[in-house]
Amino acid sequence: MTSSLLEEPQAPADPARQGGSAVSAPRAPTPGRHIALVGNPNVGKTSLFNHLSGQSARVGNYPGITVERRTGVVHLPSVTPGGSPEQRQLVDVPGTYSLSARSQEERIAIDEVLGLNGAPPPALTVVVIDAGQLLRNLYLVVQLLELRVPCVLALNMVDEATHAPPHPEALTRILGVPCVLTNGRTGEGIDELRAAIARACAQPPQPRVHVTYPPELIRAADRVADALPSSWRGSVERDRALALWALSSLDEDDELEGIPDELRARVLDIHATGLDADLATVTARYAYLDGHQSDFFRPTTAEQGGPARVSEKVDRVLLHPVYGFAAFLGIMLLLFQSLFTWSDPAIGWIEDGVAALQEVAGSVLPEGLLRDLLTEGVLGGVGNVIVFLPQILLLFFFIGLLEDSGYMARVAYLMDRIMRSLGLHGRAFVPMLSGFACAVPAILATRTMERQRDRLLTMMVVPLMACSARLPVYTLVIAALFPPESLFGVPLQGLLMVAMYLFSVVIALLATAVLGRTVIRGRRVPLILELPPYRLPRLASTVRMMTERAGQFLREAGTVILVCTIALWGLLTFPREDVAPEGEAVVATAVVTENAETSLGSDALVTAAEAAPRDRDSRLAQSYGGQLGKALEPVVAPLGFDWKIATGIIGAFAAREVFISTLALVYGMGDVDDEALPLRERMREERRADGSHTYTPLVGLSLMVFFALACQCMSTLAVVRRETRSWRWPAFMFAYMTALAYAASFIVYQGGRLLGFVG
Amino acid sequence: MTLREAPIGRSARVVAVDVDKGGRAFRRRLLELGLVPGTEVQVLRVAPLGDPIELLARGCLLSIRKADAASVHVELAP
Repeated sequence: MTSSLLEEPQAPADPARQGGSAVSAPRAPTPGRHIALVGNPNVGKTSLFNHLSGQSARVGNYPGITVERRTGVVHLPSVTPGGSPEQRQLVDVPGTYSLSARSQEERIAIDEVLGLNGAPPPALTVVVIDAGQLLRNLYLVVQLLELRVPCVLALNMVDEATHAPPHPEALTRILGVPCVLTNGRTGEGIDELRAAIARACAQPPQPRVHVTYPPELIRAADRVADALPSSWRGSVERDRALALWALSSLDEDDELEGIPDELRARVLDIHATGLDADLATVTARYAYLDGHQSDFFRPTTAEQGGPARVSEKVDRVLLHPVYGFAAFLGIMLLLFQSLFTWSDPAIGWIEDGVAALQEVAGSVLPEGLLRDLLTEGVLGGVGNVIVFLPQILLLFFFIGLLEDSGYMARVAYLMDRIMRSLGLHGRAFVPMLSGFACAVPAILATRTMERQRDRLLTMMVVPLMACSARLPVYTLVIAALFPPESLFGVPLQGLLMVAMYLFSVVIALLATAVLGRTVIRGRRVPLILELPPYRLPRLASTVRMMTERAGQFLREAGTVILVCTIALWGLLTFPREDVAPEGEAVVATAVVTENAETSLGSDALVTAAEAAPRDRDSRLAQSYGGQLGKALEPVVAPLGFDWKIATGIIGAFAAREVFISTLALVYGMGDVDDEALPLRERMREERRADGSHTYTPLVGLSLMVFFALACQCMSTLAVVRRETRSWRWPAFMFAYMTALAYAASFIVYQGGRLLGFVG
Repeated sequence: MTLREAPIGRSARVVAVDVDKGGRAFRRRLLELGLVPGTEVQVLRVAPLGDPIELLARGCLLSIRKADAASVHVELAP
């Protein structure tokens, strides 16, 4: 986070302060007008946010960390009769069990509610509480009230609390803050919540909370309070609460930035005295809450148990060593199958649609550079972007259902043993699995992981998974260069395909282990996983998440993909010196047409390609891309590749499967169908200058290994940039994967030749 | 006895949470989730692959790894 805690909070735009002296009285910053929404994870906070903000939600990012900051506008009724309704900004603070923090991510909550991040603090904080988990949720409330944060409590999911119904009036009386019963699923209580927020904004509630701390803890807190920076100071109670926060958050190796040295030194002094501040603080707060148990709950005749007991019964089946694993495999298979095959028809429609548009544009516009740019560059680029939508929507549909139902936490529980050995958390499983279909949605899916480090590590290795775009390349190479023979009764070609998949898994796991211990090191973090009660997933919130994610992808990654497609088109089109007679000029530009063609399955420009002369030295050879391929020939020669393959690899940067059409164009073949039969023939016939075969099985193997490991996908890089908010990580990804691919192909090719295989 | 060895299905009471094994952040988070000394806790099951374990405490289902569970000292309810 760039904004240091030491900085003075930005004063709200107030002309009276302009030019005033820099003397800052020790007082809390002036509150802003906005409202913060906080709460534990899995309490239905997002659905309350959606109810309150309607369609106005906007998703941004916290500076420096890849944690989303969702904001919206909440409409509040007028407080007085005849008064006017008003609008306020609503900020959805990431879910947290406590305000204490040891990383920048965990610190977001306290920064938001107190305005420690330089922005004014909210006028009001709405705490969403799972009514079925009242006491544990009230722990966060106690922390907020000790800090004298004006709050409104929303007791959510009251329908799940029949075993221990909360008593809102008693909570209001004891804690001094309004308390409203809500149900985020049905929308019940939302109007009451709006009214309570409006009243509390007009007249801020006065929090009351009296936790009895041991005297030595209070003395320690007061010593720490003396070291608080003046911009953090407020009332005595607030300072003491902030001191308790500092005592439980700071130590020698916390990851918090911008903490004043004096404060940290004071906290370490106290720790050195042997005072167990963590135990004393938490125990005292729970003693306070447990002491009020009889007040907080209404007497009930309902049998004991609650949602956890019901969920526990479901877990007996779903977490069973045999049935549970079978169910897990079934669900994961369904997810994978849907990404892999169900998205296919939709992708086909998009490809056909874009192709039809390209055809229309091609026939309407006058021939020339502009037409080519529009049809092949721009339309092709748009196609390259929206072609990802079916898989993104499907994956987030599944993730929404899994998260909402509570099963996602169970996936993490079941898979933690395996993911742990890689230095990851069980939650990394779904993104990793999705990587077999396509790295782009899989990288977006890493958002379901809490830790930034885990997210980054998963993102860096997901593109090594054998995604579906590699399949056409493998198919072409295997079919063209390996005989349809059997090895020990197993068809050799199928065996090779399986081997390529296994290879990618092994390398991805190895890369995770290595990167997790070197570049993306992180301390071992013990797992604490809440298994939320099973709930019926809601379609509305799932659909909302799908569209939000898809919108973000289009806006942010889409533009990068579009620009890259146009740039690649330029690379393979220019220079166009000798503007050739009719028909011929098409050849070069048809490369990207063909890019669009394979990835978009169009037949639109077949005619153009067919019109092209079939001589070997096509325009592509003279393009910058072709020249680059030639320049790279000495570099790729040790891998067994010639300049034509190198050019194909450059073209494949748009998407891996484009390799096939680019290669076809290098050979001046124009269109190739899915089977690529003529191309296979051509590859078998292709000779080097010395008359030997260009493509031997060894070259094919080297080529497949290269494709398995190289980061041949600008869309992946664009999405990584979007998720990490920097070019640093996509650059690293490209560098390490290319180096890995080069080294592995080198070993395969040179090693194979040493072993006596024909190179 | 620690939660690691606690028999499945038996009610137990938290006695203390060690700071040295799981680390301070883990201990603080467990305490904050309500596993303070005196709280009733029950090991429900072990994951099919042998780790982690599932707990019920304060009406809430939690999962922690065995190695970390060894830092939670409990006594069995009579």
